[in-house]
Amino acid sequence: MSALLEARAVTKFFGGGLRGRRMTAVENFSLTIASDPPSIIALVGESGSGKTTLARLFLGLVEPSEGLVLYRGANISTLSAADRQAFRRDVQVIFQDPFEAYNPFYRVDHVLETPVLNFGIAASRAEARRMIAETLRAVGLRPEETLGRYPHQLSGGQRQRIMVARALLIRPRIIIADEPVSMVDASLRATILGNLRQLHEEFGISLIYITHDLTTAYQISQNIIVLYRGMIAEAGDAEHVVRDPKHPYTQLLIGSIPYPDPHRHWKGEAAPSAEGALSSDHGCRFASRCPSAMAVCRDSVPPMFRTGAHRGSACYLYRDGEVVPAADLGAVLVQGDGAV
Amino acid sequence: MERQRERIDVRPNPETTARIGKARSAIKIRSRAVVELRCQMSYTSSEKVSGPARRKLPFLRDNTILQVRDLRVYYHTPLGAVRAVDGVSFDLRVGERLGLVGESGSGKSTVAMAIMRLIKPPGRIEGGQAFFDGVDLLALPEKEMRALRLAAIALVAQGAMNSLNPVTRVRDQFADALRDHGEILTRAELEARIRDLLANVGLRPEVAQKYPHELSGGMKQRVVIAIAICLRAKVIIADEPTSALDVVVQRQVIETLRRAQEKIGASIMLVGHDMGLMAQVVDRLGVMYAGRLVEVCGVDEIFRGPLHPYSQLLIASLPTLDHRGTFQGIPGLTPSLMDRPRGCSFHPRCPLAMDRCAAEAPAMREVRPGHFVACHLYESAAPELAMQTAIGG
Repeated sequence: MSALLEARAVTKFFGGGLRGRRMTAVENFSLTIASDPPSIIALVGESGSGKTTLARLFLGLVEPSEGLVLYRGANISTLSAADRQAFRRDVQVIFQDPFEAYNPFYRVDHVLETPVLNFGIAASRAEARRMIAETLRAVGLRPEETLGRYPHQLSGGQRQRIMVARALLIRPRIIIADEPVSMVDASLRATILGNLRQLHEEFGISLIYITHDLTTAYQISQNIIVLYRGMIAEAGDAEHVVRDPKHPYTQLLIGSIPYPDPHRHWKGEAAPSAEGALSSDHGCRFASRCPSAMAVCRDSVPPMFRTGAHRGSACYLYRDGEVVPAADLGAVLVQGDGAV
Repeated sequence: MERQRERIDVRPNPETTARIGKARSAIKIRSRAVVELRCQMSYTSSEKVSGPARRKLPFLRDNTILQVRDLRVYYHTPLGAVRAVDGVSFDLRVGERLGLVGESGSGKSTVAMAIMRLIKPPGRIEGGQAFFDGVDLLALPEKEMRALRLAAIALVAQGAMNSLNPVTRVRDQFADALRDHGEILTRAELEARIRDLLANVGLRPEVAQKYPHELSGGMKQRVVIAIAICLRAKVIIADEPTSALDVVVQRQVIETLRRAQEKIGASIMLVGHDMGLMAQVVDRLGVMYAGRLVEVCGVDEIFRGPLHPYSQLLIASLPTLDHRGTFQGIPGLTPSLMDRPRGCSFHPRCPLAMDRCAAEAPAMREVRPGHFVACHLYESAAPELAMQTAIGG
């Protein structure tokens, strides 16, 4: 098992000039994505949880304030030209907004042809066309209805699937998908998630699936990492995290999901709102909203405690468990291709 | 007009007259016609009123507050007319929560905007009626419609947190709304009213002194709900009220909306795409596809036994926390509203399509009591609904 992409004790804060308040988006986050076996891991959090900042850190679009992001063991901000080329091929991204990912002046062919030619994936233009057509079919699009069109002539779902096709065309090792289906209609959402899973199964591509939606995270991933204000609240096997959430925040999240069943009502009372509940920098970030907060929660940040073979929860309710060091998150994740 | 004025003199309603007095002194521009309209609305029994505005409606039921009939809204583009809403009919009952669900481009928001008469060019209401308490909103002069907005029908718009004025304190936004609709209050009365309204949506009184940017998204949305109920509107139209909010806040906002609605006894039309949210909130659900309603029924029935193939596939495609690893989307794409398929709009994607579906658009039928569906599969089950028949059971 070799580490393909690795975040090592990464912290990222924004602001904090002479007078500004420093905003910590990600704090002491470590995660290793192995190239073999391929995995699907979901980073789940609400707005402000730092999930998109994590995606940008992994892509090298922002530099960590502290810690390192490594690609095959090398710091991605100081890669050599050849390594950078390999990194850009191996790590692909699908963004949330399929409208903004295109240059409106080019036909959609452009976003597909450019990487094929740049990375020398096809020997000739004709071969490139053939590969593009094949890939479009693989994500359920008809090439004759898609190619030669401008982005505005396609629907959001079509555009997002072209982005999936583009990621697939390059045959990367990892796809970082940042809310790939949140702007797509329900009937297409399942199709696109299916496409992503298919990439994982058929081509052995690892996936970092970043979302606010625990339901789709549960559908697609082996492991779920729940983030709250830049820190990991709970991590582990998707099945366990969703079925039997341990961290009070995960419980709140799962309790708030509207079930598509009129006989299954939201459980309990709506939780006290986050309004005005400023998270302190000392203790657990969730303490001010937490129904079971104790004195210790306000004084120090809880480490991750092991709550099962494949799960851990950063909550003092579970302080009897063994402490999992932040650098060793992998210890609570399911390893290998535990096919869903 | 002459006839209507007489009618008011014959049957004055003290409460309404008082309201009219306030309204008149508040805004000089308020026309006689608006005042008359309000008088008509305050009548409770429909048979007492006749005349042009309160037409005798064969399908009028006492428990119906809003009746939309054959609504058509087209957007006129250089390439042709986009038929965003193409013949939609439904009823909203008193005190009920009705959901309108559909994918993007299905026309659900356009229906909401058309009822509010807020369609802007190149969009145009091409036909149909929307009877609010017997008055056809679509035929009203703009001035009268303006008086009804908020007072009778309130809108909680998509991304409503951005509908607050960023340079005005929350209290002044309430004050503006109340003053515009003729509520003249003393300072103390106003403060008390605002405190009361904010309490109704679970916000502290201090919020009144704040500017919108000082509030979180969920708080802003609750302020918007408080404004929507400030004149005890009879109908609240909520167009994707929580689409930009986190799931925890979404639940708070929706429960706030529900409590506020129950408190003032309003009806809600909730427009959205999230079937899960609909299941939690509404009593009845209308499913829209490509500008038309394809199924309308109680929310239990639609989740237990959807009849229209589109509803069936839509419900089957919902990811749940119950079982994982199955992805069932709906194959194909939504049709272009400029060039709609002949016959049933869903037939190119429908697994059960017959020859007939490509030739003839199915009409809405009541196949079970209160369960309406527009699909040729259920042809034999029920006679075709005349357009006038109440879609609402």
